[in-house]
Order: sequence, then structure tokens, then C-alpha cells
Amino acid sequence: MTARDEGLSRRKVLECMTWAGTGVLWTVAGGVPTSLGIIDDALAQQTKGFTFLQISDSHMGFDKPANPNAKGTLEEAIARVRALPVKPSFMIHTGDISHLSKPSEFDDAEHIISQARLDVHYVPGEHDLLDEEQGKLYRDRYGRGSKGAGWYSFDADGVHFVGLVNVVDLKAGGLGNLGDEQLEWLEDDVKGRAASQPIVVFAHIPLWTVYPDWGWGTQDGARALGYLKKFGSVTVLNGHIHQVMQKVEGNVTFHTARSTAFPQPAPGSAPSPGPMKVPENKLRSMLGIASVTFKQNEQRLAIIDTPLQG
Amino acid sequence: MSKRNSLMNVVVAGVAAFLLLVATPVLAADAAAVKIGNFTFGPQELKVKVGTTVTWANEDDMPHTVVSPNNFRSKVLDTAGTYSFTFTTPGTYKYFCSLHPHMTGTIVVETATGSVVPP
Repeated sequence: MTARDEGLSRRKVLECMTWAGTGVLWTVAGGVPTSLGIIDDALAQQTKGFTFLQISDSHMGFDKPANPNAKGTLEEAIARVRALPVKPSFMIHTGDISHLSKPSEFDDAEHIISQARLDVHYVPGEHDLLDEEQGKLYRDRYGRGSKGAGWYSFDADGVHFVGLVNVVDLKAGGLGNLGDEQLEWLEDDVKGRAASQPIVVFAHIPLWTVYPDWGWGTQDGARALGYLKKFGSVTVLNGHIHQVMQKVEGNVTFHTARSTAFPQPAPGSAPSPGPMKVPENKLRSMLGIASVTFKQNEQRLAIIDTPLQG
Repeated sequence: MSKRNSLMNVVVAGVAAFLLLVATPVLAADAAAVKIGNFTFGPQELKVKVGTTVTWANEDDMPHTVVSPNNFRSKVLDTAGTYSFTFTTPGTYKYFCSLHPHMTGTIVVETATGSVVPP
């Protein structure tokens, strides 16, 4: 038996180690995720696709030991965006723009994120609705053209995007919550669409149950996914848990992005989901952005998670 | 310093000491504390007599709130932030953190004679 026949050759292990440091490109074909290679190769392969970016959990105003300079790391993330070889069509932000919903925190976020010179589509996180009027500040700034607590949809390059809000009216002991009004709107919003149209749903808290003991899930998320059953390609993008996690179920790919502010522990690996303090030289490998590419007519999606530092 | 002033100081100190002596035991009997740490309220269930002021103190690196729908609702408590509520009606008060709803707690407020009102 040669080294080549072994399940995991030395070369393969080295490749995987490279990927762990620089980010991995996943393509999903027929529901099976396959990693294609390291970022630069991947980027070269997908230049013809339609690309958008996801950033999440900027937590402007956070200054605790896990990262005393959340502003600085957001600036680094935006610098990464500007340096991308292929300019993305736009950006989505999956919430927790601010840490305490202070106007100055929203100002800082806007100032830094606008330097990417891209349109940004936002949904709120629970940290963005902490003002006296529970979200008025957010809705005044980001809610134009949205419904209810800030949900909306739009089309881009043949893909239908739906921004949902699952951080309002949370119940004791419960998880994230969409609510009847929003779910009825969603059902109506996707009803007349062709099953072949790719769908991207984005919201702050994961729509699938990641870890209920820490509230990482959405109690009526399954109802939302029920309305999307007929579609051949559904991608669900979330934040909230400050780490990359991916799951594929039938035609649905679930993916969470890193935070640009601070990492949180893997489910159950710490007494609580509080900010995780890591050595200074490791922090930037646990923060980052994600880019998503669609190749038309291939029903194929590629997500690349790029840390601030490999 | 004049003699008169120093006498005045003694009087002020004496009054302050008297007030402290009187006030301290009253506060201790009518105050209770809940610590917020590691995304939990501790103690998770607290029994107090009616008229008690309960103070929650956040010791986490993340903000939390203390919310009992229709009863009380704190503003957001950042690290080291506190919130106090005085319970004037006996009963069982369930509360949670509106940011992290898996965090729940209960305050049981007994009557002055120590009986518990069923929820």
C-alpha cells in the first residue's frame, strides 16, 4: 500500500492545515459540500459568478478584554473587503451592528462600513434594539422600505434575498422568534416565485437549532423553512454565534459568519456563551468576513470565510 | 479651627453615626441581591418578604436585562450595571433577560408574616 492509498496522506493533511489557516471554499452540488481549495485558487475559479459579502456582529462599543478595540478590527475587515480582487455586488450585515444601541455606536459603524463603498442590506441583532423605544433608533437609520420590525426582500442577479428579524419579542426560556405577522408576510413574499429561483434568507440568530441551552436557534424557524420547501436552492445566512458553522439539509444550506468584534466559544465548550478571550496573536484568526458566489444556471453556491489574519 | 467649629463637627459626626446605626439594620432586612454571571441569575430563585428591594448586578462581559412582563423592566445593564426593584405586592415573579431569553429567574415575595401567595 502506498501513501497515496491511505485515507489521509501527509500531503492532504498539510493542505487541510493550510485551509484551516486561510479559509475554505465550499461548493455545494447536489446537497454535498465539497471543498475546492485555498482562497486564492477559489477566487480565481469563481470570477464569473455573482458575489456578495456578509459581515456580522460588529458590536461597535464593545471594549472588554476579549477585544478592547472592536472598532479597529471592523476597520481591518473593511480593508479586506476593499482589497478583494473581485468587487462584490453588495454587502449584507446580519446584525449586532452596535453593542448597546447608542447613536455614537451606530455612527461609528456607518463611518467605517461606508468605506467599503458598497450598498449594505441590514437586519438587526438583539444588541441593536436596546434604546428606550426598543428599536426606533435602528428602524430610523436602517429600516427604510422595510416592514414590521425591519424585514424586507429584494432581487439581485436573479436571486431572491429575504432579510428577516428574529430578535424581537423574545419569550422567557425561548429562542429567536419571527412571529406570525412576519411569517405570513414571508409565505406571501415567496408564493408566486419559480422553484428554480435561488433564495437567500438572512437573519441574525441562526434559523436552525444550533444549541438551545444557549438560545442559539429560532423557535419558529422551521415554519419559515416550510414556506421555502419547493425551492431548489436555499441558502440561510446568520450571525449571532461569532463562529463559522455550516449544515446542509436537502436543498438548504445553513451558514453562520464570524464576528468582526470577538469570538464566542463552541457550543457547550464553556460555562456560558460570553466573549471568549484568546491570545492576542490568535484573535484575528477568529474574526472575519464571508463572501458568497452564485454561478448562474449551476444551482451552485460557494461560501468563503476569510479570517482577518490567517 | 475654632472651638465652635470643632464642636459642630463632633455633633455632625454623632448624628451621622446615629443615622448609620439606625439605617443599616433596616436596609439589611429589606434588601436582597441577585448576581448576574456566566449568563445566569444567582440565586435562580430568591424568596423575600414584601417591601424588599432586590438589586441585580451584572458581572458578565456582556450586557443583560431584567424583564418581568407587566411587572418590571430594567434598562440594559452593561458590565457592573445594576437595577433595583421594590416588591410591594406578595406573589411569584418570573423574569428573564430579553437579550438572552434562556436566562430566567424567579422572585417569590412572601407576605409580612412569611406565607407564600400561590402564583
